[in-house]
Amino acid sequence: MPEPLLLGLDLRASYRLRLGEVKAVDGVDIEIPRDSIVGLAGESGCGKSTLINVLLANIRPPLVLKSGRILLDGLEILGISREEVRKKVWGVKVSIVPQSALNALNPTKRIIELVKDAIRQHTPASDQEIISLCKRRFEELNLPFDSVYKYPHELSGGMRQRVIIAISTLLNPRLLVVDEPTSALDVSTQKQVLKMMVDMKKEGIIDSILFVTHELPVLRQVASHIYIMYAGKIVEYGPADSVFFRPLHPYTKALMYSVMTPEPESRARGLVTIPGEPPSLLMPPQGCRFHPRCPYVMDVCKKSEPRLVPLSDERGVACFLHHGESVN
Amino acid sequence: MLEVRNVSKVFTVGLFSRHRIEAVKNVSMSVRKGEIVSLVGESGSGKTTLCRIILRLLEPTSGSVIYDSVDVTKLKGKKLKWYWSRVHGVFQDPYAAFHPFYRVERILYQGFNLLPRLDEGEKKRRVYEALKSVGLKPEEVLGKYPHELSGGMRQRVAIARCFILNPELIVADEPVSMLDASTRIGIIKLFSDLRDRFDSSVIFVTHDLGLAYVVSDRVLIMYKGVIVEEGDPVEVMERPSHMYTRRLREDVPLLYRKWEGF
Repeated sequence: MPEPLLLGLDLRASYRLRLGEVKAVDGVDIEIPRDSIVGLAGESGCGKSTLINVLLANIRPPLVLKSGRILLDGLEILGISREEVRKKVWGVKVSIVPQSALNALNPTKRIIELVKDAIRQHTPASDQEIISLCKRRFEELNLPFDSVYKYPHELSGGMRQRVIIAISTLLNPRLLVVDEPTSALDVSTQKQVLKMMVDMKKEGIIDSILFVTHELPVLRQVASHIYIMYAGKIVEYGPADSVFFRPLHPYTKALMYSVMTPEPESRARGLVTIPGEPPSLLMPPQGCRFHPRCPYVMDVCKKSEPRLVPLSDERGVACFLHHGESVN
Repeated sequence: MLEVRNVSKVFTVGLFSRHRIEAVKNVSMSVRKGEIVSLVGESGSGKTTLCRIILRLLEPTSGSVIYDSVDVTKLKGKKLKWYWSRVHGVFQDPYAAFHPFYRVERILYQGFNLLPRLDEGEKKRRVYEALKSVGLKPEEVLGKYPHELSGGMRQRVAIARCFILNPELIVADEPVSMLDASTRIGIIKLFSDLRDRFDSSVIFVTHDLGLAYVVSDRVLIMYKGVIVEEGDPVEVMERPSHMYTRRLREDVPLLYRKWEGF
């Protein structure tokens, strides 16, 4: 097997609060193959944004790393100094487009100024070099180059998002991490932004994308692999089509049933509800964290925690219905 | 039951250079008893403006809204209270609609101001029953403040008000767009429960074509302030007549079919 672009093992990270410890990432193993688009699906509060921070080695109090190793493109990125991370990892090996990116640009600066600031974190390039780098990339992606001389508010939402993605990948990072990049856009603009990201991968500007969202239909369109996260843990993973059409974990099934798309299959299914709400990570339920909401709950689920066990076909699931192994 | 006749709304903005925005342009539509209708459009299409006009939170620039053969656009005082007890709104973020210092109990009791006098026992009975209908435990939530509830629970409280009032028409403006996937369907189901139990009509105002397609009896597609297409959801999806609907159908991500060229 070829070496994956990113390999994260036994990742554990918590927030230390006065009320106690919030184990937002609790024993996660994750692999991002080269030349792939990996979808990370989960609901708000499941720990997916924390997992992103861990994968980026962006660990700052109150977030504390408890254990884990990450190998990104041959480089061990946990345990090195923040200065080193900033120089050798961010922007070069991995870039992120955060959820709030649309509103994160400094409104008083033209976009080109922001680009210069960002690039100089990594290389001592001259203004001229940065501008020509920018220009080439914008041409490749069919974006109007004059938009870099505008202020953020002068661009439409979709254009702003595309410009952000283009400038955050100027140094050709191998991995692009995007957190709900299209949730604020209307569907036609969303499709254009998705298309641009897919094309960037095809052209080799980036190797792989980690796409974080709770919108399964979006992942269905772009992802090659899927990870499903629930209450700080990965509960299922595998090749996208196989997870979508043969979901094994009851939570994955519930997520699939909750999708409403304008297709005959969705309408025929009707409204299938699951009881309850995702648990608080401050006090997750004993045993399997999904058991209070699970229609197939058994005695063992209330007592011990199922381990994420690899099955055939590159798939894995953490559920006693599919194997008997538990943690400890 | 409800009829919107040639409604337009023009906003004027700017202090010196007056600038006119026509948010809703000469829209007519109607809702029958017990019907679930979805008004679909993207941001800026005028759907929320139309929704606020129907709820009588905004006055139209021209045209009228007829409910039970009464023109409600000019209603005031007692008559307006009567209208609000019959036509009730549920909004995207109930957090913004609830008084932050009021406990759930008080928020729900506010609803009784719109109704003829009831005795305390009857009020309590109705509040308890409403909360149970929306899947909440009265003893757990009544003493809580809105910020102590999750988004899904807040939306359930907002819908509990509908169960107390039994309105004939519920206008729900993006009621689930702030909620997570697994809680969304539960909330949508409550609206269809209201229809089944009280024969209430529901207008969903949404940008989500999938939601509209799955739950409604009829969809209205709104684009740039105009209703460009209307009909049975399956019909509209299979044979969209307007260019905008066609584009929407092509661009909305599906689960069972994949886009070309991706």
